[in-house]
Amino acid sequence: MSGAVISAAALADPVLAVELAYWQQTTLKVVLTLIVVPTATAIVVTVFLFKMMAGMQSRMGPMDAGPYGLIQLGADGLKFLQKELLSPVSADKGVYALAPVVSLVATFMVFVVIPVGPNGFGSNLRTGIFYALAVSSLSVVGVLMAGWSSANKYALIGGIRAGGQLIAYELPLVLAVIGVVIQAGSLNLQDIVVAQHSGEIFGWGGIGNPYFITQFVGFVLFMISIQAELTQPPFDMPVAESEVVGGWQVEYSGFQFLYFYIAEFGAAFGFAAIASTLFLGGWAVPFVALDAGIMHILGPLVLFGKTMLVAFFIFWVRFSYPRFREDQLQQFAWKYLIPLSLVNILATGILKVVF
Amino acid sequence: MPSKPKVPGLVTGLGVTMKTLLTTLKEGSVTVEYPHEKEEPPTRARGVIALKSENCTVCMLCSRSCPDWCIYIEGHKEKAPPRREGGKPRTVAALDRFDIDYALCMYCGICVEVCPFDALFWSPEFEYSEFHIANLLHDETRLNEWMETVPDHLPYEAGSEAKVKKVPR
Repeated sequence: MSGAVISAAALADPVLAVELAYWQQTTLKVVLTLIVVPTATAIVVTVFLFKMMAGMQSRMGPMDAGPYGLIQLGADGLKFLQKELLSPVSADKGVYALAPVVSLVATFMVFVVIPVGPNGFGSNLRTGIFYALAVSSLSVVGVLMAGWSSANKYALIGGIRAGGQLIAYELPLVLAVIGVVIQAGSLNLQDIVVAQHSGEIFGWGGIGNPYFITQFVGFVLFMISIQAELTQPPFDMPVAESEVVGGWQVEYSGFQFLYFYIAEFGAAFGFAAIASTLFLGGWAVPFVALDAGIMHILGPLVLFGKTMLVAFFIFWVRFSYPRFREDQLQQFAWKYLIPLSLVNILATGILKVVF
Repeated sequence: MPSKPKVPGLVTGLGVTMKTLLTTLKEGSVTVEYPHEKEEPPTRARGVIALKSENCTVCMLCSRSCPDWCIYIEGHKEKAPPRREGGKPRTVAALDRFDIDYALCMYCGICVEVCPFDALFWSPEFEYSEFHIANLLHDETRLNEWMETVPDHLPYEAGSEAKVKKVPR
């Protein structure tokens, strides 16, 4: 769904044969992005957090608000909006108020570069994946700001944990992506999609080359790293309620908390979309030409399906495993993931040259 | 960090959650939507204590054994007609007051265990919450009303010599 709306702006040109001025396109894209991120968050939270989690624990989840409790999130959102905004007396007021906004903006900016169709993208940056990863790590600035300005020891510990965790897992994340970039020969996400569609697996080009086959190690590393980047269990020490109460979120209430909430699950959707673009072939489908007219409509839906599949895995892992210990988390990243990703880059480079 | 990542255990964990998800989708969850649908508590559930006033002899055993002192009993002696003609009139104890304060009760069931005259019983009913705490003090009439909800005792296991007691109705 989210993909469909993003691409509508770009679709207007080839499909509806409507010429839009630059400012009209830009306005449309901005409005659509503003719609897409909350919608994506709502879908992720309702489908996975409410219903799938309930199913995995043999519960029903929310059932009273709307059919099968599907508009429960609307009720929750209203509740957040009605709540009083509290801030601690000794908090650094300006930074405290700015932190949720920084986190949310970082999430919005990731969505801009994800291609959803032959012409569907917010912006076709040549350094697309580099931009996406750089911008997504901006949210840690918001988290550190929240942790530091709250004037609360739990918030501070949580913020420092989040900083340490995101630095540790940013490395395997980026290094895992480098394998894909070497194979595709481009940083542009659209080019990576095209390269996967027209690629060959050791000379066999039957279904193109979705990189989760040839870059399987990279795919696994990427999935583990985004689990940590999104602070989802088993890597949720920064917000561990039994250790640091709520971590950096502890002092926030009302819609400031809602901002963090949207940022967290919107980012989950964004990262799932990036993962499906990098490793599952993005919006492209095997056997269908990339420039076929139908792809303008089908592309966003395909990407949405793949994204939901990846998100399903993220939340499946989330609901299955208990939390790591803080030192185990760091050791896991520095001792295992980073060396493994370096070896992966080396092997990819050698194979790229040989074949 | 454990010496080696235990991959088979991790996969088993994913399998467990997936199996639960599929079971829930297919057969429904183990929970019920409580206000719309009432859960059937087990027969021996400790919901509320019912009183059979006719069996009570005001012996005070329950009141004295109660750890919370939440049972209030008052009674007096009465003359009753003799059992046989020409006999001496009997002295029996009459119950004036029998209250249980469920705001204090901790549902240990010692009073039910200790009653030698089959006057106290467990009932699985649980819907008697109140807006005012004082209303949780159930008086004799209310405790007697709970008797209707007391289920029959469960049969003993097969081959048992002891006979199952009947709940006085």
